[in-house]
Amino acid sequence: MNRKFLLSLVAVAFAFVSNAQTADEILAKYFENTGGLDKWKALQGIKISAKVNQGGLEIPLEIVQLKDGRQMTTITFQGKEIKQGVYDGSTLWATNFINMKAEKSDAEATENFKQDIGEFPDPFLNYKERGLKVELLGKETVDGSETFKIKLTKKPIKVDGKVTDNVVYFFFDTENFVPLMSETEITSGQGKGMISQTKMSDYQEVNGLMMAFSMTQGIKGQGGQPLTVSAIELNPKVDAAGFAFPAEK
Amino acid sequence: MKKLLFVGFLSSLIVASYAQQEAINKGKELFGDLRARHIGPALMSGRITDLELHPTNDRVIYAGTAGGGVWKSNNGGATFNPIFDDYCQSIGAVEIDPSNPDNNIWVGTGETWTRNSVSVGDGLYKTIDGGTNWIKVGFENSERIAGIQVNPKNPDEVYVAALGPLWNDSEDRGLYKTTDGGKTWSKILYVDKTTGCSDLMLDPKDPNIVYATFWEVRRQPWAFNSGGINSAVYKSTDAGKTFNKIHNGFPKGKLGRLAIAVAPSNSNILYTVIESEQDKDKGLYRSDDAGASWKQLNNDFGIVVRPFYFSRIEVDPRNPDVVVKAGLLGSISRDGGKTFKNLGPNHSDVHDIVFDIHNSDRMHIATDGGIYRSWDGGTTLEITENIPVSQFYHVSVDNEEPYNVYGGLQDNNCWYGPSQSPGGVEARDWNKVGFGDGYRVYRHPTKKLIYSEMQGAENVWRYDPSKDQAKTVQPLAAKGDPKLRFNWNAAMAISAHKPDRFYMGSQFVHRSEDMGETWVKISPDLTTNDPKKQNQEDSGGLSKDNSGAENHCTIFTIAESPLDENVIWVGTDDGNVQITKDGGKTWTNVVANITGLPKNTMTYHIEASVFNKANAYVVFTGYQTGDKNAYVYKTSDFGASWKSIVTPDIYGFARNIQEDYENENLLFLGTEFGLFITLNGGKNWYKFTKNMPAANVHFIELHKKTNDLVIATHGRGIIIIDDISPLRQLTEENMNKELHFFTAKPTNIAETNGFGSTSTETQFVGENPSSAARIVYYLRKRHTLGKMTLEIQDANGNKVTDLGPGKAKGINVVEWNYNMKPPKMAAAKTFAFGGFTSPRVPAGTYKVVIQKGKETYTNDLVIQYDPKSEISLADRKLQEAATKKLYDMSQELAYMVYTLDEYVKIAEGVKARDAKSAKIASPLITELTKLKETLVVTKGDNYVGAAEPQLREKMAELYAKVAASYYKPNQAEMDNLEAVESRFNTGKADYKKIKDKHLNKVIANSKDGVEPLVLKTYEEFLQMP
Repeated sequence: MNRKFLLSLVAVAFAFVSNAQTADEILAKYFENTGGLDKWKALQGIKISAKVNQGGLEIPLEIVQLKDGRQMTTITFQGKEIKQGVYDGSTLWATNFINMKAEKSDAEATENFKQDIGEFPDPFLNYKERGLKVELLGKETVDGSETFKIKLTKKPIKVDGKVTDNVVYFFFDTENFVPLMSETEITSGQGKGMISQTKMSDYQEVNGLMMAFSMTQGIKGQGGQPLTVSAIELNPKVDAAGFAFPAEK
Repeated sequence: MKKLLFVGFLSSLIVASYAQQEAINKGKELFGDLRARHIGPALMSGRITDLELHPTNDRVIYAGTAGGGVWKSNNGGATFNPIFDDYCQSIGAVEIDPSNPDNNIWVGTGETWTRNSVSVGDGLYKTIDGGTNWIKVGFENSERIAGIQVNPKNPDEVYVAALGPLWNDSEDRGLYKTTDGGKTWSKILYVDKTTGCSDLMLDPKDPNIVYATFWEVRRQPWAFNSGGINSAVYKSTDAGKTFNKIHNGFPKGKLGRLAIAVAPSNSNILYTVIESEQDKDKGLYRSDDAGASWKQLNNDFGIVVRPFYFSRIEVDPRNPDVVVKAGLLGSISRDGGKTFKNLGPNHSDVHDIVFDIHNSDRMHIATDGGIYRSWDGGTTLEITENIPVSQFYHVSVDNEEPYNVYGGLQDNNCWYGPSQSPGGVEARDWNKVGFGDGYRVYRHPTKKLIYSEMQGAENVWRYDPSKDQAKTVQPLAAKGDPKLRFNWNAAMAISAHKPDRFYMGSQFVHRSEDMGETWVKISPDLTTNDPKKQNQEDSGGLSKDNSGAENHCTIFTIAESPLDENVIWVGTDDGNVQITKDGGKTWTNVVANITGLPKNTMTYHIEASVFNKANAYVVFTGYQTGDKNAYVYKTSDFGASWKSIVTPDIYGFARNIQEDYENENLLFLGTEFGLFITLNGGKNWYKFTKNMPAANVHFIELHKKTNDLVIATHGRGIIIIDDISPLRQLTEENMNKELHFFTAKPTNIAETNGFGSTSTETQFVGENPSSAARIVYYLRKRHTLGKMTLEIQDANGNKVTDLGPGKAKGINVVEWNYNMKPPKMAAAKTFAFGGFTSPRVPAGTYKVVIQKGKETYTNDLVIQYDPKSEISLADRKLQEAATKKLYDMSQELAYMVYTLDEYVKIAEGVKARDAKSAKIASPLITELTKLKETLVVTKGDNYVGAAEPQLREKMAELYAKVAASYYKPNQAEMDNLEAVESRFNTGKADYKKIKDKHLNKVIANSKDGVEPLVLKTYEEFLQMP
């Protein structure tokens, strides 16, 4: 056995070790390739028009996210607007589908949500300043594309009263340096303990920023429902009243 | 020389592991969206080998299983999820690092409850993120890990008990220790090549005190031997630097398997259970002085039964006198081990028992049939119902629609169940058709009868489910016959040529032409008939264990050629491959024609080819003599010559192969670590991993009508890959296209709309196949940048619906449930739920249009009405016409309400201007508002506060009934349609009257200061969200 051959085998088997880039280098490249760090930092808000197709039923969504943490998803059904995941700066709320009235999310969900304020527009932006941790775990294949697997450790959340780790894995394409997928463990509800996957594709430019126009969410190993984005508006004008928890008339 | 050998070994290891990683990656790329679905069942669950509790969070429980990987509960044991699917599924030990219990978990693979059918492990794994990512940290060759202990004060200090290989001598056993978190290991206690470390415990108060038991054991295919002079209990008080035997009070002579437990509340109190030469000396021993001396306390049946299977003791964390012992039923003592009673009724064969960290009444019990929990100290036990770790030995299918699957399980009987069922495949869908360790179960090819068998063909049944009658039909020794030797998993086969024909294998081939009523031996003894391998009565070692599991020199597999009934292949467990070409008159042993196969390697499966009667595939397993290589051969000349089709891509020894029925080069191989597929007759193999765990695949069947690959796993139940036909078209040429549509047969529109399942929240429900039309295409590269869309068009090019396209490299499967968009409904105070119904499209040829960047790809998609349906075409057209009418009416009404609202809006603007304008505008507002109240609901909520339904709601309700039905509308529906239509016409007439009377005046007055009226056209309106 030729020693050189052996060494080359070792090199092949552990390619990602010798080739390693740091997580920060990958993230830097990601921001650079998608419009530049300055542009991302300057972004104040975003409005996404999208639809989800569920068994033939197309559900139109409008998602607004602002840098200060305010956000709102509006679904339109039969001419009725239903709001989900609305945060007005202090209260997280949603429309009850049955009586169509606004209801506050439970205290734990609100607290957990508040912890993520500052993530806009991207969880990796200024992650160090926000006390988050990033780690490159190696390479993995996603949908036949080679990716860097990056672990993002956020501040722990509380789940049903217990402090629980809050970790999301991102898989960055080694070719374009954009994320192709994120993965996280579901901590609550029916899917508790299962892995949730979101796949990103159809990256397109919006005023100089590259953004995913298709996001498919599902449970690992099972299929998912794609969210198809028709338009993204940067720094949209929004009516502050829309976020406010409505008083009962 | 030694160094060179090492280098050679290392490089071959790297070549193999590189090839295996490539087989996984390439497999993921190729097979893309093709995914497996699991149908369980979970009603009998499967063997659980080890339970591990989180030290501070009583919601978290880990369970290691015999062949189903590691499962984790986050809810105190109500439900579990698998967290170890990509790795070896046979688990010996799970250990949580007490100092970082949320993140650091160690998993030792290789079960140590060493029954005949036990799987093998492939090393020690570690996660530092709670199980999301795992890394292997050595022990590749130790085969089974019995215990792991982490120093609670130092997470880098870990002890590992390697029991080691069961079937062969090995130095990869003993007690190991790392002080750097698993980077390097030192073997701190080693006895010899046959004696491994079988139990391990740290003193909970002082981690420098280590207890370890050693067990001299060997299994052979034909014998089991537990015990020897080297079995012992050792203690170290210096963190493993030195060890001493602590046998003061132990019986003299040979010892067998020993368990050890330290009472957490008083670490001077130890318990051990001893297997020894004399029955009177066996049983539970206790030490009250940390092992300095021992006293025997109990040798009841429950304590001494089958030590190789049940050597586990647990002590209540709060009370050193409450002690439980694994066993046939499980035993509990509340007087420090003097007396025991059985645990309450549960599945037999208890392997581990744990007490909750806060409440000793709450216990979790690992059995051969799942995890049970008790709330009352072990008296009442309830099973966790969502752990489908059933261990099938075999699977067969029938031709019903939907087809059923049949199979036998380890210690869990024989069953059949549907491949799909309304709402999913539930526990209640499964039917028991035999007892014991089940093995093969077959449906009679033409009659509604089922053959099944239990271990060693002790019983073979012909069962009539319609009468619930079972008849035993196994071959029995007649006058002049020698003892019939049946394998634990006795060979059985049915014929593709004669429906009533039935084969059984002992050492002879028995053939019946009347469903087992009469048997004829059509062969001589086809085995080696080696008398040295037939002393099962003496098997077991210190504890006799003649269960029949070691019966040897038997026939294991029989395959009648599907092309010629006179060509029959037979494989034996002692390594013969016999063939007859004249229906059993003459037999030839052709195994010697195989080169590279060690002698007497068990013939596990023979697949007689459907392409040529001279062709066959044979799979051999040598793991029971310590040879873990895969052996798969093909012959094209009745066994005169053979070619190996094994490559380094394959991981794990192989047990089964399935040939495709159409593409001779497409083969499916089941190994100890998963499913492998070749597209080129075995030149390369790819691992199939999408929702397919690295489970031990015992048998594979390909359903002829559906092209479903049905996989019997020994630890994850039945797993199905629906319709593998796209794999037949995976040619180089197709794979080099940017996008290639696979041709598909026309799809039938499923005609089911029943009421779903009955299972409750915490029960496992097996996944159904999709009933949607599948659009299947191959992408050369993952789509990441730019837009990609998929729409369905009708024959005239009109868009029917948009679907989300798959974008992965490889095979993409997009499903379409034959629906168009639901109608656009009138806006109102609440929802008209009927309006969410999507109408089905009529049968026909549709076009799939994929737009990917600038390129457009199209393909036809033919969907048809179920040809077996009783519904006439004329009736379908009536249903479609009524649906269309109500659909259009709903949209028309929606537009009418939209315009009405716009008129009210402008009238309100006019009204607000001044009193004179108000006088002009008010009548319009009043009359339109009144009309609207009859058109849609304007108050109430979506539940019991709902308002009285108006026209929209009535229309929607009828629409939903008619659209969801497969039949023509009934008379009541047609009459109701007329009533709704008439009311709509009245509404339209009233609307016209109001507009004619008031609208022009209002619009004429709206010129100044009022937002002008801009009405969308009907078409524009339909496009609005």
